[in-house]
Amino acid sequence: MKKHTNEKLKLAFQELYRKIILVSAIIAIGAIALVYFMVDPSLSAFKKDKPETEIVTIPTREDDFDKIENGIHLRTGFVEAPGMMETVQNCTNCHSSKLVIQNRMDEERWKSTIKWMQETQNLWDLGENEEVIINYLVTNYPPSKKGRREVLTDIEWYQLEE
Amino acid sequence: MKRRSFVAKSSLGGLAALLGVDIVYKNVMPAGYTPVALQDSDPFKLFNKDKGMVVLNDKPWNIEAQAHLLDDRITPNKSIFIRNNGLIPEQIDVDNWTLTIDGESVEQEKTYSLSELKSKFKQYTYQLTLECGGNGRSEFDPPAKGNQWTIGAVYCANWTGIRLRDVLEDVGIKDDAVYFGYHAADVHLSRDPTKEPISRGAPMSKALQDETILAFKMNGEDIPLAHGYPLRIIAGGWPASVSGKWLQRLSIRNIVHDGTKMTGTAYRVPCKPVAPGEKVADEDMCIIESMPVKSLITYPKSGATISLGKKLNIRGHAWAGELEVSKMEYSIDFGATWKVCTIEKPVNRLAWQHFSAQISFPQEGYYEVWAKATDSKGISQPMLLPGWNPKGYLNNASHRIAVKIA
Repeated sequence: MKKHTNEKLKLAFQELYRKIILVSAIIAIGAIALVYFMVDPSLSAFKKDKPETEIVTIPTREDDFDKIENGIHLRTGFVEAPGMMETVQNCTNCHSSKLVIQNRMDEERWKSTIKWMQETQNLWDLGENEEVIINYLVTNYPPSKKGRREVLTDIEWYQLEE
Repeated sequence: MKRRSFVAKSSLGGLAALLGVDIVYKNVMPAGYTPVALQDSDPFKLFNKDKGMVVLNDKPWNIEAQAHLLDDRITPNKSIFIRNNGLIPEQIDVDNWTLTIDGESVEQEKTYSLSELKSKFKQYTYQLTLECGGNGRSEFDPPAKGNQWTIGAVYCANWTGIRLRDVLEDVGIKDDAVYFGYHAADVHLSRDPTKEPISRGAPMSKALQDETILAFKMNGEDIPLAHGYPLRIIAGGWPASVSGKWLQRLSIRNIVHDGTKMTGTAYRVPCKPVAPGEKVADEDMCIIESMPVKSLITYPKSGATISLGKKLNIRGHAWAGELEVSKMEYSIDFGATWKVCTIEKPVNRLAWQHFSAQISFPQEGYYEVWAKATDSKGISQPMLLPGWNPKGYLNNASHRIAVKIA
């Protein structure tokens, strides 16, 4: 009698075990398929005649390329003001605009910096643009007085737990 | 705007080599997709840097650390500043990489393969402090030209390589040798192949020091590409620009090396002190050699608030160019009084030294903790900016952090 109950119980467990395996397998297959689809949504690995080299052209709209938002030229970070485009076109070919923006000089020192770039860095003759560019820089990026030591600014306060 | 770039499948092999890893699923990678590691938009991923690093310039790449990111005793790659005068080499053919020793003062020109250098000469490992000559430039008034480094262009990593002296002995050097100058694989910003972005060096006395090495490992691994893979000369304690990356050729000169950034005003300061903003003629500018004594509080991060009665533990590092730091002090009253910190001896010459102190504050309020190191010759860091110079080098003014007691 007792033995019979055990046998029944055992069968019921085996049945349950089989169902769990089946459900797990379905979930696992589904998950693999989902992950694959996320990596390769076009299922390109299953398609034939894949080109060895594919070149995708970039649809770039001119107005996007030189877009200005809140008075800032997005691509370079330059402030929108007279002379900005001349500065972009002549001063960001070899180096980043970041190098220009972080330097604060007067007219005379910008002139000697331009001369140094022409002598050693292959900068071209700027012609009439030289004055336009220097005016743009000294007007929009003037030096600030720092003295012998500045006050600490931009302190992010936090609670120190030890 | 969604930007996509041109990627030919055939170029992915080279790409993988550059990244040092294979690209999994490169066959199913969508056309026009640039792997994350090569996208300019995220230099932190590109160079494996901490997100707290600050990008000063993205062409050429110049990135600096913050004081609290430099807390490790040996600086990990993620906190190491990046300084470039030109463009990082795009192709490194490590199997065919060679180093040539030439110049007026060699007995004969000699070329070594990388594996020859590694097997023929005894290897040494040293912790060596490298600081950019322009670290701290941002504080000068009137402003000095160049990347506006604040405090994060310094680190101390563990370098493994061979002594330059051993290689020079193997080559044979004439008695009239004065200076060495390096030549490297980086590319001029204008992409003019006849121009070198930088080619600096040091006197023979520096070349012959035990710790001046030709390194091929940093912190036990291949040197990261941005830091000079596969071969870099390391001259600790001197402006980091002496430690030329991507080393291909070393010239032993019978004159002071006259390569790019050795002449004019580059890495030079006025031979005699000048007033702020004063014009200095090129011939009155002298080459920087040893860096000055300096220190950084790396813990806690500036801005800590603690409650009254609690003690504040601070720690950091101090270094002194060719010299050792003999004393370390802190002040919480803007230099009116100074208290001594514990300072450890360097693990080897030219390694930075670690200091610590426990601070009690008398009452609630705003404080600044100032740090001051003194070198073995009794010279200390100034609290104000040191002598102004046209290019803004050698700012070793005391580092300070803000603390609030509430």
